[in-house]
Amino acid sequence: MAFNSIADFFSMGGYGFYVWLSYCVSFLSLIILIINTINRKNKIIKMLNKRIARQQRIKNAPSREGIL
Amino acid sequence: MWKCLHPYAKPEKSYQLAGKLLPWFIIFSAITFIVGTVWGLLFAPADYQQGDSFRIIYIHVPAAMMAMAAYSSMAMAAFVALVWQIRLAEITVIATAPVGAVFTFIALFTGAAWGKPMWGAWWVWDARLTSELILLFIYLGIIALYNAFSDKVLAGRAASILTLVGVINLPIIHYSVVWWNTLHQGATISKFEKPSMAIEMLWPLIIMIIAFAAFLGTLMLMRFRNEILARESHRPWVLRLIETDDAQRLQKDK
Amino acid sequence: MNPRRKKRLLITSLLVTGLAVSIALVLYALQQNIDLFYTPSEIIKGKNETGVKPEIGQRLRIGGMVVPNTVKRDPSNLKVSFDLIDNGGESVTVFFNGILPDLFREGQGIVAQGELINATQINAFEVLAKHDEEYMPPEVSDALKGLDHLKINSNK
Repeated sequence: MAFNSIADFFSMGGYGFYVWLSYCVSFLSLIILIINTINRKNKIIKMLNKRIARQQRIKNAPSREGIL
Repeated sequence: MWKCLHPYAKPEKSYQLAGKLLPWFIIFSAITFIVGTVWGLLFAPADYQQGDSFRIIYIHVPAAMMAMAAYSSMAMAAFVALVWQIRLAEITVIATAPVGAVFTFIALFTGAAWGKPMWGAWWVWDARLTSELILLFIYLGIIALYNAFSDKVLAGRAASILTLVGVINLPIIHYSVVWWNTLHQGATISKFEKPSMAIEMLWPLIIMIIAFAAFLGTLMLMRFRNEILARESHRPWVLRLIETDDAQRLQKDK
Repeated sequence: MNPRRKKRLLITSLLVTGLAVSIALVLYALQQNIDLFYTPSEIIKGKNETGVKPEIGQRLRIGGMVVPNTVKRDPSNLKVSFDLIDNGGESVTVFFNGILPDLFREGQGIVAQGELINATQINAFEVLAKHDEEYMPPEVSDALKGLDHLKINSNK
């Protein structure tokens, strides 16, 4: 272990601000990238489901020829 | 010998293969990320000159390396996409670009946060920093160009051409510290020489490089699958796949 | 390979090589301007390839190693002066009024930005520390002391 106490660990020899800023921003951007990827997947699947539902409706719709 | 690869030129087969590989990539990158970060932050000794601020290297160097690795794979895919007109290669280009852009941003940001306490400036217009910034702009340009066309065939081709043009920036980034005098120091890890880093500091760095590579692989697989679904949304196999997925989910809910 | 693919292969390869060549030429032409700094020898003797010397009064950056025992601090304010040296053996004096970076010490690589007052003196308004690519724990560094592992600009 390179540090003697938890306070030492957080202060990072006086460079705490820069070290923690780097780590936080980096991991945050990676997490945002993951969330964006999953969101996009959900959006595409929703779009495909809509398309399937529409096809079903077209298939099941009663013929209108008799009405018109 | 290429015959065995032919089925994977079919989007359906690639989609399934990517889906099979994905969980392993997720597990592997999660483990390496945790081990590398804990080792780098807690157990690696402080540097004799820079003290604890050097721990930023465990994000900075892997992100910069993988940003360039991502670009190289995009360039290869773009070349294949243009010459053989394989749609999956185009999809690979566009699936990788956002990951590379985020890695480049991380490399630039951590570099600035490291430069301020050590060099005395957040930013200096030296050849290494400037060429890395250009890499970010190229990544953003590729993404913007792809999204600018509503015709995705045309969009894919335009993005591939821009990717190939931008590949010239890679050797410039790599050799900038050798060709010109810069504030940025030379490479710590290079292929042919002994790394100029103590071994107990080097191990976590290697693990973090592997972690970033695995993360790149994970996100590439996820985005690759997304883009296949989006581009093939009119094909019967995609609709069939979604229908069976839905059916399975309903079964589970019951 | 069918002829259409062959043609596309040719066009793509030409595109990339053409661009590579033109960018290489541009960079070659701009070479002097891409260098971030002059070294002390370059200020005194001129650049290696072209012999171009900076003019007095010109704003420039200088990079070199702080010569030990030349750092003079004014006790009443932040004014400081030190000599910079490089592999060429020439040295240049830098005057600076401000806070030095944490890494500033004797024997350290420094890049200073300022105005050339005369052939060997620079009035700097910014001093940046340049560190090398070597990382090691303090114990290892102590063991290496005397072996002179601190190098500045060894790639030039």
